[in-house]
Amino acid sequence: MNIQTEIQTVDNGVNVEALLGAREALSEAPAAAQFTWRSLCEWQNGAHSRSTVEGFFGLGEEQLHREAFTIDADHPAQFAAEDNGPTPVEIVLSGLASCLTGGVAAIAQHRGIQLHSVKAYVEGDMDLYGILGVDADVRNGFSAIRVRFEIDADASPEDIAALVAQSQKRSAVFDIITNPTNVEVTVA
Amino acid sequence: MKRTTTVIIGAGQSGLAMSRELTQRGVDHLVLERGNIANSWRTERWDSLRLLTPNWMNGLPGAAYSGKDLDGYMSVQELIRNIDCFAAKISAPIMSETTVLGVTRRGSGYQVQTDQGAIQCASVVLATGATSKASRPRFDEPLPADITELTPLDYKSPQGLPPGKILVVGASASGTQIAREIQASGRQVVLAVGEHLRVPRDYRGADILKWMEITGRWGAKFDEVDDLERQRGLPSLQLTGASGDNPLDLNNLQDGGIELVGRMAAIRDGRAYFSGSLPNLCKAADLKLNRLLQGFDDWALDMGMDQAIDQPYRLLPTRLPKAPRLYIDLKQEGFGAVIWATGYRPDHSWLKLPVFDRKGRVLHHGGIISDGLYVMGLPFLRRRKSTFIDGAGDDARDLASHLETHLGQRLAA
Repeated sequence: MNIQTEIQTVDNGVNVEALLGAREALSEAPAAAQFTWRSLCEWQNGAHSRSTVEGFFGLGEEQLHREAFTIDADHPAQFAAEDNGPTPVEIVLSGLASCLTGGVAAIAQHRGIQLHSVKAYVEGDMDLYGILGVDADVRNGFSAIRVRFEIDADASPEDIAALVAQSQKRSAVFDIITNPTNVEVTVA
Repeated sequence: MKRTTTVIIGAGQSGLAMSRELTQRGVDHLVLERGNIANSWRTERWDSLRLLTPNWMNGLPGAAYSGKDLDGYMSVQELIRNIDCFAAKISAPIMSETTVLGVTRRGSGYQVQTDQGAIQCASVVLATGATSKASRPRFDEPLPADITELTPLDYKSPQGLPPGKILVVGASASGTQIAREIQASGRQVVLAVGEHLRVPRDYRGADILKWMEITGRWGAKFDEVDDLERQRGLPSLQLTGASGDNPLDLNNLQDGGIELVGRMAAIRDGRAYFSGSLPNLCKAADLKLNRLLQGFDDWALDMGMDQAIDQPYRLLPTRLPKAPRLYIDLKQEGFGAVIWATGYRPDHSWLKLPVFDRKGRVLHHGGIISDGLYVMGLPFLRRRKSTFIDGAGDDARDLASHLETHLGQRLAA
């Protein structure tokens, strides 16, 4: 079996040709590459809120997801809340893991690596003294985040390590978490 | 071994105010000073510094400001002269050039070990001030090797800086003053702005600090305010010793060419990274300022003075760069120095006693650490004005009274 046919037999469910085509098309049309992602969050009760994700802007026009998705966020009983959903910080951790995992799949497809299973275990450490305002020197957010991948694939450990490294390099959420972003909050 | 009843450590405004109280009460004592009188003022301030408090707030106990410029702001040199005169006037028993190495328990009193020998005493007053050390954030990586690092304790003037652009980290009183004078000297300054307190110098015809005086804020007591811990940790007001439009206002600093960035968040690969929270911090400072001014306006209405003084007004909101930069490659962009104006802390490391909290801060109740052991000159020690020149007198009186009672009980025991 030569390399060419091996690539063709790999199926991670990623349409690499479409992605590469999009990359090529967008590099000719920088305006189309400007996307704006949106979420609408509505308070339910207590710490419980529900975000709805439906429309976004990209390819020069308004776009829609196949359906409106909702994400509930709340806090667990230990925070005297009703636990109607994960905490916002757990959603952030999940976002990081999803972004890296999706990246692993796409890059594996592109590199001709068949995946059998990919699991990302994510942990974030937090000292509550920050959000509770007990100690001004403690930051509100995570003091550290760890992601541990367990990947079963038809590839050497080095190639798998390279997949994971490349997925971080091209990950939006990894960049969002590791680099600052200007955030402006207004009240209508 | 030398013996005395009370050892005061530090011959600045606090230690000398306490010396005066003890002399008046007939308490035998010594004032230990690592250098000369007002040592920190002499050696750890930048050249151009003037007090940000108007002169009517710069008097010493029994020696109110007697000059002609009550509403002016004295230079540090003038303050040092005043403290020298005050020390002579009260005949303070000062041992200068005496560095304290350790304070330990001895019997029912204390032993103070110095580089000039040991002193045994019944009580100790720590009056070394709130600004012995510069606090600075620690990041995982150091700055690139050839970038000079300074703090306001060792910065003297723009002329003493290495060539290149300057990053000033911290936008409270020290950081904004230093940033402004460096920019004015013809250098490009980038100012990293964290939480800050914006105020005008004057409001409705009076100095902002006068407003705080007449509305009772300076005299507020430590056991009467909500959330003392927060009050003690507040950043300093963006003020300098000059009248008129506040030159430290972030809008004025930007007019002078200073670039604002967010709170410094990290150093990575030779780049300084800044938080994206600058809009929020500026908005918060504007809101707090308006709340403060509203409090003054309400006071003027209540006192029936509203019509007698200038009309209320508000400053324009803090202007922000459209997209504040989030990182700077310090070497590539030609930065020569970083000045950490990120706060100060006291240094009581020579106090060999279990009196510290988990963060190494001395635990005290309005300056009383335990019977016979006192601390002075810390933020909001007993009053909001505890760290001001004229805050020393009231605190010294309160603590000397406690000390005197303690000595009496000790004799009776």
